[in-house]
Amino acid sequence: MSENLLEMVDIVKVFPGVVANDRVNFSLKAGEIHALLGENGAGKTTLMNILYGIYKMDSGVIKVDGREVSIRSPRNAIKLGIGMVHQNFKLVPAHTIVENVILGSEKNGFILDLKKSGEKIKNLASSFGLMVDPFSEVWKLSMGERQRVEILKLLYRNVRIMIFDEPTAVLTPQEKKELFSSLREMSSKGKSIIFITHKLDEVLEISDRVTVLRRGKNVATKVTKETNKVELANLMIGRPVIFEYSRYPPKLSGLALKVENIRVLDEDGNLRLKDVSFSLNSGEIVGVAGIAGNGQRELAEAITGLRRVSSGKIFVKDKDLTNASPRRFFENGVLFIPEERLGVGTAPNLSVAENLVLKSYNNRPFCDSVFLNFDSIQKFAERLVNDFEIVCPSVKVPVKLLSGGNLQKVVLARELSSLVGGDGRVIVAMYPTRGLDVGATEYVRRLLLKMRDQGNAIIFFSEDLEEILSISDRIFVMFDGRIVGEMDSGKADVEKIGLMMAGSAVS
Amino acid sequence: MDPMIILTTMFILMVQEGSILLIATLGEIFTERSGILNLGVEGLMCFGALSSFIVYYLTGNWVIATLAAAFAGLMLSLIHAFVSITLKVNQTVSGLAITILGLGLSSFIGRPLALSRVRIEPLESIRIPVLSEIPVIGPSFFNQNPLVYFSYVMVIILWFILYKTSFGLNLRSVGENPSMADSLGINVFLTRYIATLVGGALCGVSGALLILGYYPSWYDGITAGRGWIAVALVIFSSWNPLYAFFGAYFFGLVGTLNATFQSIGFRMIPTDFFRTLPYLLTIVVLVIFSSTRFRRRKMPASLGKPYTREL
Ligand SMILES: Nc1ncnc2c1ncn2[C@@H]1O[C@H](COP(=O)(O)OP(=O)(O)OP(=O)(O)O)[C@@H](O)[C@H]1O
Ligand SMILES: [Mg+2]
Repeated sequence: MSENLLEMVDIVKVFPGVVANDRVNFSLKAGEIHALLGENGAGKTTLMNILYGIYKMDSGVIKVDGREVSIRSPRNAIKLGIGMVHQNFKLVPAHTIVENVILGSEKNGFILDLKKSGEKIKNLASSFGLMVDPFSEVWKLSMGERQRVEILKLLYRNVRIMIFDEPTAVLTPQEKKELFSSLREMSSKGKSIIFITHKLDEVLEISDRVTVLRRGKNVATKVTKETNKVELANLMIGRPVIFEYSRYPPKLSGLALKVENIRVLDEDGNLRLKDVSFSLNSGEIVGVAGIAGNGQRELAEAITGLRRVSSGKIFVKDKDLTNASPRRFFENGVLFIPEERLGVGTAPNLSVAENLVLKSYNNRPFCDSVFLNFDSIQKFAERLVNDFEIVCPSVKVPVKLLSGGNLQKVVLARELSSLVGGDGRVIVAMYPTRGLDVGATEYVRRLLLKMRDQGNAIIFFSEDLEEILSISDRIFVMFDGRIVGEMDSGKADVEKIGLMMAGSAVS
Repeated sequence: MDPMIILTTMFILMVQEGSILLIATLGEIFTERSGILNLGVEGLMCFGALSSFIVYYLTGNWVIATLAAAFAGLMLSLIHAFVSITLKVNQTVSGLAITILGLGLSSFIGRPLALSRVRIEPLESIRIPVLSEIPVIGPSFFNQNPLVYFSYVMVIILWFILYKTSFGLNLRSVGENPSMADSLGINVFLTRYIATLVGGALCGVSGALLILGYYPSWYDGITAGRGWIAVALVIFSSWNPLYAFFGAYFFGLVGTLNATFQSIGFRMIPTDFFRTLPYLLTIVVLVIFSSTRFRRRKMPASLGKPYTREL
């Protein structure tokens, strides 16, 4: 292959208490798709933020086209032809696509010619297979479409190096396919792509080369064709990962949750759940498949008391808890692992330890009558950090400084720890492994299975069909506010579930 | 009385009152679009009115007097900008402080003027040929003083700046998502300063129209809560200058009902009711349009939130 377009040599970045990048080396060739792989907290996002000028490195050298450059801001990076698509999209929902794309571009005159820019964006979009209507407003778009707008922003500025931070985490299977074909199109037209992901299958499918980071250090750079899933997993976490889960049939022990004809409205008064009914037994695990935005969030919030139902009934073990407070649901054994980690899931400015006891702080041993017992809180937190392999400098740092995957682990650890050894609970989990590395994913799936075997009822939502098939006993498919399909996982058919998710087949 | 005459009179009063509200509303829209909430409108208007009154009395030149009002509004809003953009203090608190400061300063400086009953001649109307011949609309909209015409022009200018120029796009984006704008190389602080100062200057000019146009002498509390109505009008008009035009004249119309009903001898409803009506309507508007559903769609997403750069 050709000369290196980009070289990052001996990059060091230290945050208080952690060395996020410890003499990392990374190189990129023109027209290549290069995957960046690593556990949660390995330093992938940090490395890319340095390249994009968001963080300042402590030492190291970055070369573009063989020349040493200094990148002090994203604007700088863009001038050098480097652009980044963040995991949380940076768009203005109230503005149109054109307005979002041209914002801050040096090509704008004082008076804007939106028509002309719109034409240009349309042409760019169609040449890379990124179909969008330049004049529609961003809040109306799906996650996949928003991602295209982010990509168009980079193409409009003519960048040569495009960084994607976990781009598939928010996409439906269909959107993922489209993204991959656009990526191939871009690389064939000479763009170089850096692709961060936790999913080994994606690495094998899309990349030319792969670099693995572990605890801030380079472990290896491999040509994708010459490696495989097992080797990559091994490099990443230093031990083999088992992708199969041994399963016994569930031992059902009575009704845990019963939902009868519930309807739920969203903030705008639209009906988001249309007569949903189901029941969940202790000792089973149900996976809910569906494209995000088809009522999953509303359903999860309704059965945990976070959202009022406008009609219908919710029973937790024969007790009518319809429209009871979240606290009452919690006291009756309903636990919730929310989708948003930073907002609902954690208090960003509180420490890791405080976040870990957030739900049990007023119980012994964390609290004797009035005062918090910080010693026991700290011990407890340290144990969880250890068990869940949460990477953080200490349990005292604010939780907002953790990497994406580690934040997720904090939420999981808090919710799951409060019921170790317990039974007869209802666990509602939204996308429990989203953003987790393979090791943590495996751990969480095992934990969910263990909870099941202890006699808890589990309902979890996921966009990952493979995950749903591998651990659930029963599968629901949601579409347009309804449960449109229900089947035993033994008899499940991937094709058919895929069709139901898209609303084109009803069982 | 001839209903035509009543209607025409009503419209004239509507345009007079509405134009004052309009200029202040436009100013506040411009400021809020950048993400800065300036609740000091009432104080800015009042201080602007006093400044233009004094300068007009001394020079007899309405242009200089208007510029003085703009400058007064600009200086007061500079305090707000510094406190809320640079020091990142709570914008509601700072805005209320500006109102108190503006009203207090005006009252203090204006006391001798009020006592000595200094008088000025109101600005003369300029009749626009042809257009002013249209019944009702002509005499009301097209036979007014120059500052009223300024308010019409500003609607178009501000709309154009906000939606058709790159500066406007930057300004709106800063009000929606400042960290993103920053990462694209837009100077968030400078943009917000400009928006706050320009908005403050316009509020000052609205005070100038109030006093130069319709009040021959200064008295304490001359703005009579119009600044607060303007704040409500910003929400009522969904932060859009074009809608502000209609909103302002609608409120202007409500404000004239008292005079109109008195002039035709209609006494069924006490005049106090009509006098209260604009304020009542303000509260109603604030309640209805502050519902989360409405605000989520139209309100600048970062309104009132100070911006701090991450490391
Ligand atoms: N702004 C910050 N301040 C302090 N520590 C930070 C900051 N950003 C990241 N870190 C720490 O640096 C380490 C590497 O984080 P980084 O976000 O690069 O991980 P990552 O590889 O992207 O992980 P993930 O897959 O979970 O997103 C983590 O331990 C994290 O807690
Ligand atoms: Mg990351």
